[in-house]
Parts: sequence; structure tokens; C-alpha cells
Amino acid sequence: MAGRHGRNKLVFTALAWVLALLVFFPLLWTLLTSFKTEGEAVAIPPKFLFFDWTLENYAEVWERTDYLRHLRNSIIISLGSTLIGLAVAIPAAWAMAFSPTRSTRTVLLWMLSTRMLPAVGVLVPVYLLFKQAGLLDSRSGLVLILMLTNLPIMVWMLYTYFREIPREILEAARMDGATPLRELAYVLAPMALPGIASTLLLNVILAWNESFWTLNLTAASTGPLTAFIASFSAPEGLFYARLSAASMLAIAPIVVLGWLSQKQLVRGLTFGAVK
Amino acid sequence: MTIKAVFRGLCAGIALGFALPAAAATLTVATVNNGDMIRMQKLAADFRRQHPQIELNWVTLEENLLRQRVTIDVALQSGQYDVVTVGNYEVPIWAQHGWLMPLEDLGADFDREDLMPAIAESLSYQGTLYAAPFYAESAITMYRTDLFEQAGLSMPEKPTWGFIREAVERITDHDKGIYGICLRGKAGWGENMAFVSSLVHSWGGRWFDMQWRPQLQSDSWREAVGFYVDLLRNYGPPGASTNGFNENLALFQAGRCGIWIDASVAASFVTDPRQSTVADQVGFALFPSRGDLRNHGNWLWAWSFVIPAASTNVEAARTFVAWATGRHYAQLAARESGWANVPPGTRQSLYASREYREAAPFAGIVLEAIDVADTHSPAAQQVPYVGGNFVSIAPYQGIGTVVGQQLSAAVAGQASADQALAVSQHIAEREMTRARYLQ
Repeated sequence: MAGRHGRNKLVFTALAWVLALLVFFPLLWTLLTSFKTEGEAVAIPPKFLFFDWTLENYAEVWERTDYLRHLRNSIIISLGSTLIGLAVAIPAAWAMAFSPTRSTRTVLLWMLSTRMLPAVGVLVPVYLLFKQAGLLDSRSGLVLILMLTNLPIMVWMLYTYFREIPREILEAARMDGATPLRELAYVLAPMALPGIASTLLLNVILAWNESFWTLNLTAASTGPLTAFIASFSAPEGLFYARLSAASMLAIAPIVVLGWLSQKQLVRGLTFGAVK
Repeated sequence: MTIKAVFRGLCAGIALGFALPAAAATLTVATVNNGDMIRMQKLAADFRRQHPQIELNWVTLEENLLRQRVTIDVALQSGQYDVVTVGNYEVPIWAQHGWLMPLEDLGADFDREDLMPAIAESLSYQGTLYAAPFYAESAITMYRTDLFEQAGLSMPEKPTWGFIREAVERITDHDKGIYGICLRGKAGWGENMAFVSSLVHSWGGRWFDMQWRPQLQSDSWREAVGFYVDLLRNYGPPGASTNGFNENLALFQAGRCGIWIDASVAASFVTDPRQSTVADQVGFALFPSRGDLRNHGNWLWAWSFVIPAASTNVEAARTFVAWATGRHYAQLAARESGWANVPPGTRQSLYASREYREAAPFAGIVLEAIDVADTHSPAAQQVPYVGGNFVSIAPYQGIGTVVGQQLSAAVAGQASADQALAVSQHIAEREMTRARYLQ
């Protein structure tokens, strides 16, 4: 019995390693390619580790573009849209979790359904609205659209976390005379902090990687790192090594953030999933 | 310092303050990401030296993304971009809608008479030039001279499809990983359909008749597409249905393709010893014809600068366009990066230059390919459209992409060529009806 258990554990561990390597391999390959020359990047058969390592692609990328400006834009847009989104989503999820009405479920489903619409379907109306409001190529415009895009996910995630918190604790606070704002800030928020933190992290990542609106609503000054990567892609010409270097520079900050906060992220994503 | 001196200084400062904003302009230039455009950005220091009052902001993007962004900007008159890079597909359509500024009289250095006639014509609408060409290309046949020698073959300067088939059969060696032919198979109006459109034109076919009825089930289409699918399935590389320009370039440079028929811009890549393992074993010939028709596909593409009508910096934009596409720029690029790196295909003077012909062994064949490309009469029969490797009408992007998907599926073996064409004909008729070309 114990032998079978041990064997199963070994098989699952091996499977997990294989799956993890499969998921990680594209990232590893991009990293290796970023240190190759353009010729070695497309060599047939491919070269894995034995090639002339070079930093020339990073130097070229750094020289050609203003990386720090794109990085600054990415940080402002992803953090700004997430923080404003949280300010809207926390009260909305609180109301739905603790004072539900007959239409709460329908409202939640309707909010989620807006995510199912392909963004390109509303590109022209959104573009025209942005043009009229003077929001084209502005960070505030991108913060607004990314906040609205990710709001349904934030509300849903927070709603799920809040539902796990016993209603009686909030009622006790109310009986002690807490106003709704105090109830939210001093009772609910501290108890739901892990959920709020994982919502924040996940939405920062979503906003960081968003490439439809950030590419279509920006021009020269407010493009984030998605625009930075897009400027290195070319269908006529083999510039894979340079593109890989640009990709590594673009994803490095978010990979580090994900690495540092992986416990919170995993906990947040699996919270309430197993009961 | 006296009060008078302070007052004078103040006046001078105020005057300067008023004068500077009046003269300064910041241009937002949208370009594609390719070697020539990136080189131009580096050389733009020369423009800034000549015109210190004009600032340049670059937006560099991959071409499909660039097309999507600038099309919406120009169509909605947003004015985010002052100079935009487009191809000869867009120019007549946009000019017809009044979205572009005419570009006549760009100055003596621009020298319109020096432009290749075929290029100037493809960038004009009703006789007026609306775009200034930066570089241009046609399609040519690139082949491995060593493999041809081993097989006892000699490539004619103007090959026929019949000869190509015979050569492909003889040089294919699956055991050694040598594929007789590499062609675009990846779906897209600018990918496999650029090649297939030229192939069909060279075969005597046409996209539409004079009443805009799609002709995708005509004998010419059936024969040409059958030939293309059969060639790639039997003699092409594995996964040919997903290969575009870049994938074929990598294969050819690694010595895996016997023949590659594609855009002439590839010639400089495959002969560059820093990139290509077969740099000194490459020969060039025209895009093949059916023989009796002498039609070489009429592939013509010109990356060009246009000024959107909504730009608020038209004069500064004209100054920049004249600099980037003028004769002076060719000299500058030659001086700074060598003659082989001068943007090709746009000026007759470049091909008359001995230095360029020496640096670019493919110059003669590219010149001939551009010269023989007739985008106004691309097919044997009369057509209502302009374009050899595309059709310059708005619905074509959609039609070309869907037909490309069908043909890519045929190359992958998921459908026969006839089935793919039957579906394509149906889709093309539906789209042309929706676009009100057909009743």
C-alpha cells in the first residue's frame, strides 16, 4: 500500500516537473536567444547552450529605444488602473456579498459577460470617445480603459473572498456603532487583506500585459512596454535575437514581482476553490 | 547693470520666447520595423542638424499592427501622426477618400522625374502623387547555384513555371534535408496571398472580371493553385503551410532550399555572409512566367511616406518627407552604411550608379523586375483593379486573408485545391456583395 503511494507520488512529482519545464521552456528559450547573434538565433539545427554569448542585442535595444520611459508608463498605467479599480470594486463586492438582492447574481454575470466581447468590436466607438475627450495617447486614458476592462474580474474575485468572511463579524461591528466606511476600512479590509492583495497582484499583471488598448490608443509618448516589444517585431527580416532581448527587458519587472509574491498569488487564486 | 539693459534683455527674452514656439514643430512619424527604416532613424541626426526647429518622435511597429493603428487614425481624422509609412495598397484608397495631402513639389532634391515610373504611378491617384517612396520591391527567383550545377541545370534569366517544376524535381534531396522549393504558405493577404496573387496573374488569371465578379474557380486559378499546392506538398519543407517570409529566409540561409521565390528585399539578406551560410552560392532570376504569356506576376510593393490630411504640421512634415526620400538621403546612407544599404527600388539614379551595382550583385535583376511590373494591367485579361500582389480595394484585406486561410489549409493537406477555391469563391462573392461591388 505504502509502496503504491510512494510510486504514485513519484509519478506525480515527475509529471509536475515535466509540465513545469514545458511551461518554462519558451521563457528559457527566449532568454537564451537574447544572448545569441541573429544568425545563431535562427540556426538549423538550433543551438541550445553552445554558441558565442553576446550582449549586443541588449545594447542595440537600449540604444534604439527609451526603455525607461516605456517602463515608467507601464508602472503608472498598471498600478493606476488597479488601485482606482480596487477603490471601485471593494465597495461593489462588499455590497453584493453582504447585502445581496434578487438581481445580484444577474448583475455579476452581466459584468462578467462584458469580458466576453472581443475588444476590437468596440475599438472605433472607444477611439472616437477618446478623441472627443482628448484622451488619445494619454496615461489617464489608458488608466481609465484598463480599469474598466479589469473591473469585472476585480469585483468577482473580491466578491468570492468577501463571501468567506462571516457576516456576524460585520454585524457586531455595526452594533458597536461602526459606520459603513469604518466597517469597510477597519473590519472587512484587514480580514480580506490576502484576497485584496492577490486581486491587486493579478490585476497589475493583467494590466501590464494588456496589449490591445495600450497599442491602439497610444502614439509616441505614452506607449508602455507592450509598445516597446511591438517595435521590435518584423515580418520581413530576421531580428529574433533583438526581439528576445526586448521581450526579456519587458517582462523582467513583472517576472520578479510574480516570483516575490508567488505565495500570495497562488493562495489568492485557489482561495475558496476547495471546500 | 542699468535698468535700460535689464529692460532690453527682458524684451529680447520675450521676443525669443514668442519666436521659438512659432518656429518649432514636433513631428510624430509612424514607421515599420525593418532594417532600412531603423537605419533612417539613426541617420535622422542629419535632418536635425539641417532643421533644428523640427523635433522627431518615432513610433515603430510591426507592419500589420502599424496598418491597424494608422488606418483608424487617418480614417477618423485624429491627427495623432504627421508622417505615416504605408504601402501602395493603401495610397490610392486613402487618396480617393481625401485622407492624404498631395505630395507634388517636394523640392529639387526630391526630383520626381528620377523616381521609377512604375513606383510613381502606383503611388498616384488621378495623376497626383500622394506618397513619397522610401524603398520598393518586386519579387524574384533566388536559387542555389551549386545545387543547379550538380544537377546539370542552368537557370534562364526569365524562367517559366515548367522549368521551375523540372528543376525542383531534380534538386530535391529529402535524405540531405534539401527541399527543392520554398514558398510562402502562411495565411494572410500580405503573406501567402501576395505570392498566390502574382502566381495567378502570371498564369493568366485575374481576381475579378470587369463587373467585379470573383474569378476564383476559373481554369487559370485552378491550374495555378493546383500547381502551387502540389509543389509545396511534394517538394517543399515540412510545415510549409505555416512558413512566411522569415521562416523561408531562415531555411534558405541555412542551405535547406533549392529555390525560393519571394520579395526582392531578401536578396541582400541571402547574400550577406554574416547571416547566410550560402551567401556566395546564390543566383537570381525574374519571377517565373507561364512562358507564352510573358507575365512575371507584377509584384510591386513600395514602403512610402504619406502626410495625413488631419496633420497640423504639414509644412514640417513635407520637409521631413523630402529629406527622407530625396537624393541627398541616398548619398548619406551610402556614405554612412555603404552602398548596399541604400534603400532600393525607388530611384533610377541609384541603378545608374556604378558603386551600387558593384555593391549589390542583384541590382540588375531587381531593376528589371520592377520595370516589368505593371500594376494597372496585371493580368492577361482586362481588370477593374490596380495591383499585382494585391487588389487595391478596401474589401481585399478581408477577402485575401480568408482565401489565404483556405489555401494554407490546402497546402497542409486538410482540403483539396478545388475545395479550397470553391469555398474561397463563395466567400469572395459574399464579401463583394456586402461591400456593394456586386448587386
